[in-house]
Amino acid sequence: MQCPKCRGNMRTYERNGVHIDQCDGCRGIFLDYGELETLTRMESQWSQQHAAPAPPPPPPAHGAPGWGAPAPHYGGHYGHHRQRSWVGMLFST
Amino acid sequence: MGETGGVDETPRASDELIDALGRIGVRYGDAPPVVLPTRPDVTIVRAGSAVVKAHAPGAEREPLAARMRAVAGPRLRGILLEPVTGEVMTAGDRLVTVWPAGTPVDPEDPDAAPWEAGARLLAGLHAVPAGALPPLPPAGGPARVGKTVARLDAGPADSAAARVVRRAFHSLPGLPGSSGSSGADVRRSAPDRPSGPCSLAHGDWHLGQMVRHRGEWILIDADDLGVGDPAWDLARPAAWFAAGLLEPQVWHRFLAAYRAAGGCAVGAGGDPWERLDLPAQALTVQLAAAAVAAAGREGRELDEVEQVLIDSCQRIVRFRSACHSADTQ
Repeated sequence: MQCPKCRGNMRTYERNGVHIDQCDGCRGIFLDYGELETLTRMESQWSQQHAAPAPPPPPPAHGAPGWGAPAPHYGGHYGHHRQRSWVGMLFST
Repeated sequence: MGETGGVDETPRASDELIDALGRIGVRYGDAPPVVLPTRPDVTIVRAGSAVVKAHAPGAEREPLAARMRAVAGPRLRGILLEPVTGEVMTAGDRLVTVWPAGTPVDPEDPDAAPWEAGARLLAGLHAVPAGALPPLPPAGGPARVGKTVARLDAGPADSAAARVVRRAFHSLPGLPGSSGSSGADVRRSAPDRPSGPCSLAHGDWHLGQMVRHRGEWILIDADDLGVGDPAWDLARPAAWFAAGLLEPQVWHRFLAAYRAAGGCAVGAGGDPWERLDLPAQALTVQLAAAAVAAAGREGRELDEVEQVLIDSCQRIVRFRSACHSADTQ
């Protein structure tokens, strides 16, 4: 079978009773009729069986605000530490 | 100290004013009077151990007198410099106060600036409930933002930078003069109870607001002291850090020292930006507005540092509109 997108060769795999055709070229996947529904059903069964408590959210990063300068931006300005307007700003109303 | 990168907006102090301040100075001090450099709207004369300050033109007597009563009392001793006399005098049409002389932070050596000492002093100030002091007006922070942005209207041609600053200003909720919606974080710019804990703010803190006096650092300048959210006192360094101007290590040293000293404006742990976001964004807008106004007066382009503030305003607009659309979903 030929890939409808890039015309590469499609190879057939079977995963838990679902036929999957994957293109060797672009890695695209083709599903037969009804197979997407089968996958969805299997996924929901799996998640019901494995209904473990949700993993704790990652600890919040308190380093910088969401509107802060992106990190790579930092180094750039410290070189201008002595710039008149920067020093003036540190000391003025 | 001048406005950010600015030149004099007001005419130089008259000889008459300087003479009048000098006469007050020799009454309280112990050396011939000399004029000290400061911001253009204020005039300061030092006579040895005493410093005489002519407040900005148009300053109102009663709020200043209330602030002098607060700093002349015992509760702020060791935190905010006590005046030589609590009296508010006049020289011509200017209000005048007298203070002990101190040694300011050296602007030639900003790396050696006493950030930790400043943080501890602010934590100590914020620990004093406003209700423990003689009645005070509101702290000066929030109102200054809109006033500084309004100065752009008096400037020369409308620039792209000025438009960004105005847009950022109007995206901020609940500030005087801003058309931004009033959201949940507005309430935080005022303390929960105006005389309870965590209700006192310096109102205008930066590195020029500390001197060394009798061997110790102490806060100076009561002009904006009042009832307000103390998080505004951390807002300038927070804004500089968020803009990428203040080195992260310096900011974290300052914040850690403030927290270690029990500072109430941000919690002892957790995300400090929950309390700092709005004041730091407001100060970013104010600093950017002052920079655009200064460049306009001087007929020059923004320098690199000033442009960084405009970039920060642009991120504030994006951040605020993203938050707003998330709220309304």
